Parts: sequence; C-alpha cells; structure tokens
Amino acid sequence: MEYFVQQLINGLTLGSIYGLIAIGYTMVYGIIGMINFAHGDVFMVGSFIGLLLFLMIGLTAATPLVVIILALIGVLIVAMALTAVWGWTIERLAYRPLRGSFRLAPLITAIGMSIVLTNLVQIAQGARVKNLPPDIKDRLAGGFTVLRGADGFDAVVSYRQLVIVGVTVTLMAFFTWLITSTSLGRAQRACEQDRTMAALTGVDVDRTISITFVIGAALAAVAGVMFLVYYGAIDFYIGFVAGIKAFTAAVLGGIGSLPGAMLGGLLIGLIEVFWAGYVGSEYKDVAAFSILALVLIFRPEGLLGRPEIEKV
Amino acid sequence: MTRPLLSLRGVETFYGKVQALRGVDLDVRAGEIATIIGANGAGKTTLMMTICGTPRARHGQIEFDGQDITRLATHRIMHLRIAHSPEGRRIFPRMTVLENLQMGALLNPERDQTFDSDLKRAFELFPILERRQGQRGGTLSGGEQQMLAIARALMGRPKLLLLDEPSLGLAPLIVRQIFEVIRELNAREGLTVFLVEQNAYHALRLAHRGYVMVNGKITLSGTGAELLAREEIRAAYLEGGRH
Ligand SMILES: Nc1ncnc2c1ncn2[C@@H]1O[C@H](COP(=O)(O)OP(=O)(O)OP(=O)(O)O)[C@@H](O)[C@H]1O
Ligand SMILES: [Mg+2]
Repeated sequence: MEYFVQQLINGLTLGSIYGLIAIGYTMVYGIIGMINFAHGDVFMVGSFIGLLLFLMIGLTAATPLVVIILALIGVLIVAMALTAVWGWTIERLAYRPLRGSFRLAPLITAIGMSIVLTNLVQIAQGARVKNLPPDIKDRLAGGFTVLRGADGFDAVVSYRQLVIVGVTVTLMAFFTWLITSTSLGRAQRACEQDRTMAALTGVDVDRTISITFVIGAALAAVAGVMFLVYYGAIDFYIGFVAGIKAFTAAVLGGIGSLPGAMLGGLLIGLIEVFWAGYVGSEYKDVAAFSILALVLIFRPEGLLGRPEIEKV
Repeated sequence: MTRPLLSLRGVETFYGKVQALRGVDLDVRAGEIATIIGANGAGKTTLMMTICGTPRARHGQIEFDGQDITRLATHRIMHLRIAHSPEGRRIFPRMTVLENLQMGALLNPERDQTFDSDLKRAFELFPILERRQGQRGGTLSGGEQQMLAIARALMGRPKLLLLDEPSLGLAPLIVRQIFEVIRELNAREGLTVFLVEQNAYHALRLAHRGYVMVNGKITLSGTGAELLAREEIRAAYLEGGRH
C-alpha cells in the first residue's frame, strides 16, 4: 500500500511536468494545425536557462529555505520570460514566413528548428550531463511522510514534489481562466475556429498566434525548471524524450483540448511510474509509445477531443 | 453631394490565375443603403471580402472614410468600424451565442461602457438569441445563426455594415423581419449598409442605390427604384415576380 501511494505521488509529479509541456503542443496545434516538433527542445532550453540562473545566484548550504524558495520563484519567472522570447522568435523566423505555404512546410522547419536548438545547446553547454548545485537539490529533497509503512517503507511527499504539483495546479487554473474567460482567450479560440472570421471581427491573427507560442514556451520553461529541480541533472537531449512523451499526452487527451493535455500528461506520468515500479524500468518508455499507438488506432480523437464531424 | 464613405476604383481581384473582379468602381455614401445584385459567381462575395482585405485587391484603390485601405491588414480595416456579416454566416461554432456577440463588440473601443446596452438592443432585435445565449453557435439552426451573424456585426457599432446574403435559407417571415431591422437601423441611426442579395426585389426596394454585377464588373447602377423599373433587370433577376 505504501509503495502504491508512493508511486501515485511520483506519477502525479512527473505527470504535471508532462502536462505543462503538452499544453504547448495542444495550443499550437489548435490554432495553426501544426505539430511544433521544436517544442520539446524549447522545454530543454528553458531547463538550461533555469540551471544557469541557479548557478548565477549561487546558493549555498547555509542559505535559509525561505531564500531558496524565493530564488526558485525568481528563477521560474525569469526563465519563463527568456524562454518565451525563444518561443516568439522561433515562430517569427521559422513558421510565420511559411504560413499559407503547403501543409508539410512548417512541419519540416519545426524538425529543423528542433535540431538547431539541440545542437546550439550542445555546443554552448557541452554534451555532458549538467548538475544542479547539490545544495539546492538536497535542501528541496526533504519532505513529509504521508503514510508510514509497517516494514519501514514510508510513502513520502518531498518539498520538490509539493512545489511541482502546486505550481502546475496554479498555472493550469490561471491558463484555463485565461482561455475561457478573457478577451485574449476568446481571440485565441476564434483564431482556432475560423481564422478569417477572427480577422473580420478585428482580431490581429498574427499577434494572437505569437502569443500562443509565447504562452506555450513559458509553460515549457516552467516544466523545464521543475524537471531540473526534480532530477537535479539535465543534458541537451532531455527535450527529445520528454517532448515525445508530452506529445503522446496531448494526443491521448485529445489534441487541441486544453483539459485533455492536462489529463493526458497526468496519465502518461502515472503509467510511466507504475510501469517502472511494478514491471521494470527497462521498458518504461516503450509503455508510453505503445499507448500512443493504441490511442491512434482505437480513439484517434483522444479522451477529451472532439470527433471531427461537426455542423458548421 | 456628400463625400462617399466607401469608394472603389478599378478594383481587380484574383484567385490564383482566375480573375474574379475586373475593375470595379463604386461608391457607398454615408447614411445610405447600397446593394449589389448579380448572378451566382458574379463576384459579389469576392467584392465584399476584398473590401476587408481578404483576398487582397491586386489592382485599384479602396478608400474608406477618407483613408486608403487597399493595403491595410484585415483587422486594421475592420477597426476603422467596418463590420461584416459574411457569406455562410461564419459563426464561431464552439463559442456560445454570448461569446460570439462579445467577439463582434471588439470593433468598438468603448465596448466596456456600451456592451450591456448594445447586448440589450441585440436581444430586442432578435429575442430568440437571448434564450439561446449559453448555447454553442454551431448548434443553432441556420436562421438563428443568420440572426446571430447580423447581431454580432451590429455589436461593433460599425460605421459601415456589410451584409452578404442575410436572407439565405430563411423563412419568408424572418426575411421580412431582417429587412425591417436593416431599414430601421438605417432610418433611425443613420447606419450605412452595403448589402448583397439574391433576393433582388427586396434588396432594390430597400436600397437607395443599387449596382448590378456581371462577371466581375459593374454593368448598371442607379437608384433602387430606377433599377427595379428596368426591363432587363426584371427579366434577369426578378423572373417569377416578387419573391
Ligand atoms: N477561394 C476561391 N478560389 C478560387 N476561385 C474562387 C474562390 N472563391 C470564389 N471563386 C470564384 O470567383 C468567382 C466569384 O465568386 P463569388 O463567390 O464572389 O460569387 P458570388 O457573386 O458571391 O456568387 P453567389 O451568388 O453564388 O454567392 C466565381 O467564379 C468563383 O468560382
Ligand atoms: Mg456570394
């Protein structure tokens, strides 16, 4: 039982990270019908920006916990802002000039962009694994016991996990509100549903698409920093695997659907952790991809997606 | 004579190699109802959309309210207070009726102050929309969607209202109601309307000025009454008498 609860906690944490990345895939797909293959690498860039910021601040073992938490919040905000600039630039340089071109063109530049980002970080930061300063990592590793096991195995929620789930829930609530209840969100949905009509009602379509990329990149940066804090080590390649899993999450939840991306993220996180915990960690990535294949065969519109037929 | 609110000179629009407008000249004056009639495929919808910059005119010039809008981005053109209720209605299908109306209000910079009263007026004009407020646009009936499209356009308090076949697919009673609404808005508030209609009899009776379009060109123009009296118009567009 303790073991099960622990896996549940771990799965929800990992799932939060995937969910944050998945939102970026789903929002971009919703608005321009394109899979942004560079999005996983934007997540990776966000993670590296977070790491560099932590190193710049230079926390030590003596730093009080409150300061560490404040530093974390500061890093999150700055990383979101800087990564958002990346997201904006990528859209501007690689995708906007191809708008109105044939359907596969932006997909190809997206793959190109992904390679560019991976290599850029590899050159700038080296190919080796980079570690979060152990001071920060250890300080956030403590936690509370939620369930005490008879055999000495306790189910524990760490501070890191609390931070990750807390930040994710807050951001998701905020963005759900943004999309459903503000004029920016309405403009965004309008572009999704009928771009020409959106322009006819006075929406600046290009700007709205840019904002979508900015939001997606900012959320990916949050996921990147969370990933960094959770695992304590990153390399230039994390964007690939995490990106594909988050993409799977978006498809599982129903691509284009915001709640779907969140749900899909959680499910993929849980599946991965439970698979690793009960079956074996060798094939945990295979589990995620098998699910992608099964979803595409049996329920291509995803769990919360809408079937393609609709009255227009 | 007052300066025209909207004027087109030598406007040509292409879809790829296909030319849809072949040098259109026309004027719409402030405070009047103008209409354009023509057979299927004549280029009426293309003309309305070209005014909005999508597709863009390849040659010629379009002026609105004293400003050259030929090369302006679509959303900027609309923000000069042109509202369009386009062909096929183009209701946002997964937004509620209320949200669709909120989208329409985007053109009005004072919307924060005027939204409530504008909404009330829209519901007075089309009471059925009030009952459907929370329903998704895509699930409305065709007629309800048409009313919503017109109401959405009015929410922006436009200087110029473009209407592309507002009577399409509607029951005769509703058609009369919609034309009555247009007439009233024009008479009471001086709203300038530019209307495309299949229903040439209704349109020409309503309009102060009419244009006939054939094959991407304006071939005839005159007051509504003048055009209605012409034999060739009766033969080509009013056969079967009064619809
Ligand atoms: N997107 C498009 N691509 C290519 N050709 C088009 C396109 N839209 C319209 N056309 C062509 O341009 C011409 C004018 O079309 P348009 O829709 O403006 O006519 P219309 O007068 O509005 O007709 P209707 O009364 O049937 O609505 C037609 O020959 C049509 O086939
Ligand atoms: Mg038409």
